[in-house]
Amino acid sequence: MEAKGRIVRVSGPAVTADNMTGSQMYELVRVGEEKLVGEIIKIEGNKAIIQVYEETAGLKPGEPVERTGRPLSVELGPGIIGQTYDGIQRPLPKTQELIGPFFKRGFAIPSLDRDKKWDFTPSVKVGDRVVGGDILGTVPETPLVTHRILVPPDVHGTIKDIVKEGKYTIMDEIATVETEAGDVKLKMVQTWPVRRGRPYKVKLPPDTPLLTGQRIFDTFFPMVKGGQGAIPGGFGTGKTVMLHQLAQWADANVVIYVGCGERGNEMAEVLERFPKLKDPRSGYPLMDRTILVANTSNMPIAAREASIYTGITMGEYFRDMGYDVALMADSTSRWAEALREISGRLEEMPGEEGYPAYLASRLSEFYERAGRVLTLGSTERIGSVSVVGAVSPPGADFSEPVTQNTLRIIKVFWGLDKTLAEKRHFPAINWLTSYSLYSESLEEWYRRNVNPEFLELRGKALWLLQREEELQEIVRLVGPDALSESQRVILEAARMIREDFLMQSAYHPVDTYCSIEKCYSMLRVIIRFYEEMGKAVERGVPIKSILSLPVLEDIARMKLAPLDEAVKVCKEIESKISEQFNSLYTTLRR
Amino acid sequence: MSKTILTGKEYSTVKEIAGPLLFVERTTGISYGEVVKIRTPTGEERTGQVLEVDEKRAIVQVFEGTSGLDVTKTVTRFTGDTLKFPVSLDIIGRIFDGSGKPIDGGPEIIPEDERDIHGAPINPYSRAHPSEFIQTGISAIDGMNTLVRGQKLPLFSGSGLPHNLIAAQIARQAKVLGKEEEFAVVFAAMGITSDEARFFREDFEKRGAMDRVVMFINLADDPAIERLITPRLALTAAEFLAFDYDLHILVILTDMTNYAEALREISAAREEVPGRRGYPGYMYTDLATIYERAGRIHGRKGSVTQIPILTMPHDDITHPIPDLTGYITEGQIYVERALHMKGIYPPINVLPSLSRLMNEGIGKGKTREEHRYVADQLYYAYAEGRSLRELVAVIGEEALTERDRLYLEFADRYEREFINQGPYEDRDIEKTLDIGWNLLAMFPETELKRIDPVYIKKYHPKYKEKKES
Ligand SMILES: Nc1ncnc2c1ncn2[C@@H]1O[C@H](COP(=O)(O)OP(=O)(O)OP(=O)(O)O)[C@@H](O)[C@H]1O
Ligand SMILES: [Mg+2]
Repeated sequence: MEAKGRIVRVSGPAVTADNMTGSQMYELVRVGEEKLVGEIIKIEGNKAIIQVYEETAGLKPGEPVERTGRPLSVELGPGIIGQTYDGIQRPLPKTQELIGPFFKRGFAIPSLDRDKKWDFTPSVKVGDRVVGGDILGTVPETPLVTHRILVPPDVHGTIKDIVKEGKYTIMDEIATVETEAGDVKLKMVQTWPVRRGRPYKVKLPPDTPLLTGQRIFDTFFPMVKGGQGAIPGGFGTGKTVMLHQLAQWADANVVIYVGCGERGNEMAEVLERFPKLKDPRSGYPLMDRTILVANTSNMPIAAREASIYTGITMGEYFRDMGYDVALMADSTSRWAEALREISGRLEEMPGEEGYPAYLASRLSEFYERAGRVLTLGSTERIGSVSVVGAVSPPGADFSEPVTQNTLRIIKVFWGLDKTLAEKRHFPAINWLTSYSLYSESLEEWYRRNVNPEFLELRGKALWLLQREEELQEIVRLVGPDALSESQRVILEAARMIREDFLMQSAYHPVDTYCSIEKCYSMLRVIIRFYEEMGKAVERGVPIKSILSLPVLEDIARMKLAPLDEAVKVCKEIESKISEQFNSLYTTLRR
Repeated sequence: MSKTILTGKEYSTVKEIAGPLLFVERTTGISYGEVVKIRTPTGEERTGQVLEVDEKRAIVQVFEGTSGLDVTKTVTRFTGDTLKFPVSLDIIGRIFDGSGKPIDGGPEIIPEDERDIHGAPINPYSRAHPSEFIQTGISAIDGMNTLVRGQKLPLFSGSGLPHNLIAAQIARQAKVLGKEEEFAVVFAAMGITSDEARFFREDFEKRGAMDRVVMFINLADDPAIERLITPRLALTAAEFLAFDYDLHILVILTDMTNYAEALREISAAREEVPGRRGYPGYMYTDLATIYERAGRIHGRKGSVTQIPILTMPHDDITHPIPDLTGYITEGQIYVERALHMKGIYPPINVLPSLSRLMNEGIGKGKTREEHRYVADQLYYAYAEGRSLRELVAVIGEEALTERDRLYLEFADRYEREFINQGPYEDRDIEKTLDIGWNLLAMFPETELKRIDPVYIKKYHPKYKEKKES
């Protein structure tokens, strides 16, 4: 593009330029002498308003603005897994190599390594008909992810040329497709505009849980592959820890972690830990399936706004290969604040709490890009993107606009509770207010894959927790003396569920991950104990002697049983329960 | 109208003055963020910065305030440069005012470099995750909310509470076990009283530590808008000393509440759409550009550890200042009025306190292998005890079970024996954990569910004494 614009106003990240006739919404531009990266977010006559992805101090009215004619896009291809990017997909390790540990501006680095050679194995041959989404070939990118090189969505025709198995860079031409519009040469890399969802054939209803290894989620409030969830909570209640847990243990093929306006040290933590942690299913380092997008709170806020789109576009790309992708965004509130700040600079009409009126629609557009889909391509392939967003409500008050607008969209609500966090009950998920709208559609799955009895146990446990709340209210008003023995049984059982089941330390080497089988076995033990307790009290055994049974200590520690022994350990505890209650009765009879 | 003299362009076209802002007309070639020197009608010089610029006008915030300025005689000189602080190793031991001018009568600083006071964000990839235990000698911190080198851990306090005493105690006692290097302290005061500033200065002087301290002082009667630059000067100094000279720096910023008030003042003057309680919507991001300037960097020896202090308006932790701070820092130390009234020092309530980097800094080879478990058990017991206290207030003590009574008694003893200590008492981590164990020994062993039985056998006083005798 030849035409050059000219800066007329600078206000923080928002820059206005004139002489911009012909530019398009979301077009990428280069701003000022230093060619800072920016994107057009509003057009008024011959003026364009640009959000700039880098620090704008030093920009002057009169400096030039160059148009590129293309929208903000990401590069997709081998080399993406294991990377750490900023909000506009600049690779941070390379950035450090180039400019050191402190950011400077105006630098450009390609998102993917141009020189690295990958082992490409073609899966089509000359003469094959291909359509968008078909697999041209594969690259073993990491031990955990086989990169499927796809025909871009808008290309279809006949393979005229395809390279042999061998080593190629992403810039090498690997195939030529003869199409109606002429020959199209394909490389292993393709680009896609971040603000446009990648196409698929049809959305499918979710039917499989996204297991997370976290007892409270997998047992009570399950997520699904292709689902949408949110985890709101005040500061220090455990959003980041839980998102890190999901990133570590969720049974997805690819994990994308978007650190969006949060702490630098938290990204450093992931970078230090993930290469050492092993995927519980395959034994390979978790970094081998992870992509990080890190645009921390002190990095330019416009890039923060873009970061979640950068993240989800990469997610859709792996979905299109037929993979299950899990994306976490920490925190969507910081993204919304970026939106608010830029809107404020544009002097737009503010809505609730200063957020722009389009906050709700932007949020739902983002979450709508989650889902389980039948992908493009001539063979049947199913892939999914699951999205979980942290929400950081001011003053932990969930009535604020970002939380409220998010709740209208998402299907899984994991509500964090300040009181629980202060008591160090972790994860501090409130079991009374949290919900999963997927629970019902997953019932069949649990019956078949875990145990037919699972749902009944879960129902009992939830009932106990609810009853506990009502009984606690009585205790608060008139004291514990007012309760009957059988009511105390409920309180004790609920306490066991809370402390021996729901509490799960993210930092304990064993407890950090719990398989669904282990969840089931543990729950069975507790419900078993509860039922025995009820019977015993009916037969006149005082609660006090029940509470001094030695098996209680075993129950308190069953969560620490290693995965491969847990089922056995729980079985043994169950028989101890029978034995010890029986001996109670014997003493009673004497 | 405009003339370019040696450095910058001069304009005397101030059109409007609103609060701390000047609106200068008919400007050209002004860059966003540049420094402006303002000459008042009486010839005094002030400093400002461009907040917004278009083809015809620049909006300038004046750090020393606009009183005495007018639209006819005031002259503005746009320097074309961003705000910089001249750094040098010689700043150690010196005292500066809130805009970085020496006020201790010492010699001019001969700069080694000039650094932009806004700093530059650290590439998250370059950060080394903080993990070295700092022993502060304060049990409530070391035992329960451990501080590590490179962390940002604020004190959430209230007016009239002894946060200064605590901060000074930390500065005095902080050390990394097994390492020789002492911390150097960078101290930034924003709008505190001269008594408070004197307290810190005398505390540093008394123990002969002034040669390891750099002070930046903006007092209560100094210009309010200057508070926006004071912490940035301090952090520029800190980063320079840490990452150019390999020093370990402890930065104390007090009082961040006054900083936030200054931010609100600017926002109101610009007639921006206010966020919660009148504070600007971008306050989170703005505070982050201060608090995120802490940490460690791969391949660099030094570190920046931050202890910001803020007084919560009406002791309200949901107020935007503590709230947004808590969302950025790596935990908080909560100073509680009720404990202070009880005569407990330091009056730290450990329940709403938190150190998010604690796990990295404790355990075998760092503090003691059972540290995590002891802390968890103490938390559990104290939380039980405190909630029972509330219950007792309603229904009386008679209704309690034996177990409940034990927890009540624990809570009292925990406050008196574990939390409570002298402002000059430097408890090592062994002592802190041992006090913890002695208190936990009140309970039957079956109550100690959070502690691995292996450690009970090893550290519980009951077994320890047996072993020793
Ligand atoms: N599942 C867990 N197991 C053990 N500890 C936990 C768990 N969840 C949270 N914590 C504790 O709570 C602290 C705060 O958690 P986290 O940093 O995730 O909070 P957050 O909600 O992300 O806060 P912010 O909004 O300020 O980022 C952690 O540092 C950890 O000590
Ligand atoms: Mg967090």
